[in-house]
Amino acid sequence: MADDSLILGHRLSEWCGHGPILEEDIALTNISLDLIGQATNLFQYAGKIEGKGRDEDQLAFLRYEKEYKNSLLVEQPNGDFGMTIMRQFLFDAYRLPLFEALTKSSDAQIAAIAEKSLKETKYHYRHSAEWVIRLGDGTEESHQRIQKSLDLLWRYSSDLFTSDDIQTEAEQNGISPSIEEIKGLWSKNVYSVLEQATLVIPDNKWEQNGGRAGKHSEHLGYLLAELQYMQRAYPNMEW
Amino acid sequence: MEKAQDILELERRFQEKIDNDIRIEPNDWMPDAYRKTLIRQISQHAHSEIVGMLPEGNWITRAPNLRRKAVLLAKVQDEAGHGLYLYSACETLGADREETIDDLHSGKAKYSSIFNYPTLSWADMGAIGWLVDGAAIMNQVPLCRCSYGPYARAMVRVCKEESFHQRQGFEIISKLAQGSPEQKEMAQDALNRFWWPSLMMFGPSDDDSPNSAQSMKWKIKRNSNDELRQLFVDVTVPQAEMIGLKIPDNDLKWNEATQHYEFGEIDWTEFWEVVKGNGPCNYERVETRRKAKENGEWVRAAAVAYAEKKKNKELAVEA
Ligand SMILES: [Fe+2]
Ligand SMILES: [Fe+2]
Repeated sequence: MADDSLILGHRLSEWCGHGPILEEDIALTNISLDLIGQATNLFQYAGKIEGKGRDEDQLAFLRYEKEYKNSLLVEQPNGDFGMTIMRQFLFDAYRLPLFEALTKSSDAQIAAIAEKSLKETKYHYRHSAEWVIRLGDGTEESHQRIQKSLDLLWRYSSDLFTSDDIQTEAEQNGISPSIEEIKGLWSKNVYSVLEQATLVIPDNKWEQNGGRAGKHSEHLGYLLAELQYMQRAYPNMEW
Repeated sequence: MEKAQDILELERRFQEKIDNDIRIEPNDWMPDAYRKTLIRQISQHAHSEIVGMLPEGNWITRAPNLRRKAVLLAKVQDEAGHGLYLYSACETLGADREETIDDLHSGKAKYSSIFNYPTLSWADMGAIGWLVDGAAIMNQVPLCRCSYGPYARAMVRVCKEESFHQRQGFEIISKLAQGSPEQKEMAQDALNRFWWPSLMMFGPSDDDSPNSAQSMKWKIKRNSNDELRQLFVDVTVPQAEMIGLKIPDNDLKWNEATQHYEFGEIDWTEFWEVVKGNGPCNYERVETRRKAKENGEWVRAAAVAYAEKKKNKELAVEA
């Protein structure tokens, strides 16, 4: 979860100064800030549980590519504004029910982080869903563009829900909700918004999975090269 | 048509208000030249905030840790906010926001030249916050008392945030100056590159600043360029000493009699060249902003079209 927040937060931060209107520049930066804040909280907690003395920055900046377990969706490049919005929407629609359920997690710290993140995610979801509808039902050009983004990104959406032994264990301990249940809630929201946006789910049902197992797309390496640049070039220094 | 006599009377009353420190508000009568001067100055200021996002934006994706990344993002976002307030202040004078922005893209409007210098290392984030936001504060604090109400009020908000930025920048560079030899060198290099351009931020020397007298009379400007520059040097030099960095000026010395620092000659040729468009990044900065607008064209069109459709649907339901 921390990796999802970090990588998507990083992607959104690439927009800063380049947004289609100033108000959206500010909005995307806000979302980016929220995600980086979530990543910070989650990494801090992960480092504490791990107990090897790694802090949030070591976890965020000093792992190898395959140790990042973010979904393939969030590492995809920004593309045009429509691509960024569609990626965000598919992600927010997953994060919203996830955080909602995690507020009832048996782990108090996770529940507390989820509580705070849920407030932010509600706003993110509203923002991205509104834009999907606006672009889908806007002009001919915007409809075509956002439909194309959906066509390209759809195959990565199932990767959000890939389960593994750790996930199964977390579900059994009541730390995490059932990922299948989250997927059901996700589908419901996604289908309803896409319909309002007059967009169609692509016919091609082929899925690209692997992010949760550390098998990424070619894009992540470049992202990490930038993200890790300072930590790699100037090791063991304080900033 | 107002008669010449009436205009003289209006101008007299206008100046009287200014002399008595009564704020001018959007609906008040004001001379055309006052309006034009303000539109020029406020729009230049707005453009500077927006273009100013780019040099620092250049390091957001390479910030060295999570905290620095978040702080830098928030800072650059503040600058976007400053741009928004200022474009709004400009609109109260009857200027159209889109046209104002197009003037930036066509090269007709100027912005602060400092943003035409590249950011080459992480230390530049420190140098910019410390020196550039620092110089901006010196320029802007007097504007909080500017005769034009909306501009003065925008400046009050902006100045609060700028002083926060200045402290953050100083914190970044202090940390580097106290760090490893590589970090210290990075900090000194950033100071070397940003010192002189920061002094140029106060504009040409008073002898070469033709609009200043009128702006002072209108209380758009309260201090001369050279006064503010001196104030900046006097405040900043001890800060550099405190963190063990050397100001790149061999002529710099304290004058006991005047209680001011004396400093070397500014390279005005460089200043005017950068203003004309020959700085290291003039082309890239404007091009980036122009592209952002161009790439956003379809998004704005969609938003307008959707709003229109929604309104029509609502009307249909009502009918
Ligand atoms: Fe600013
Ligand atoms: Fe600032």
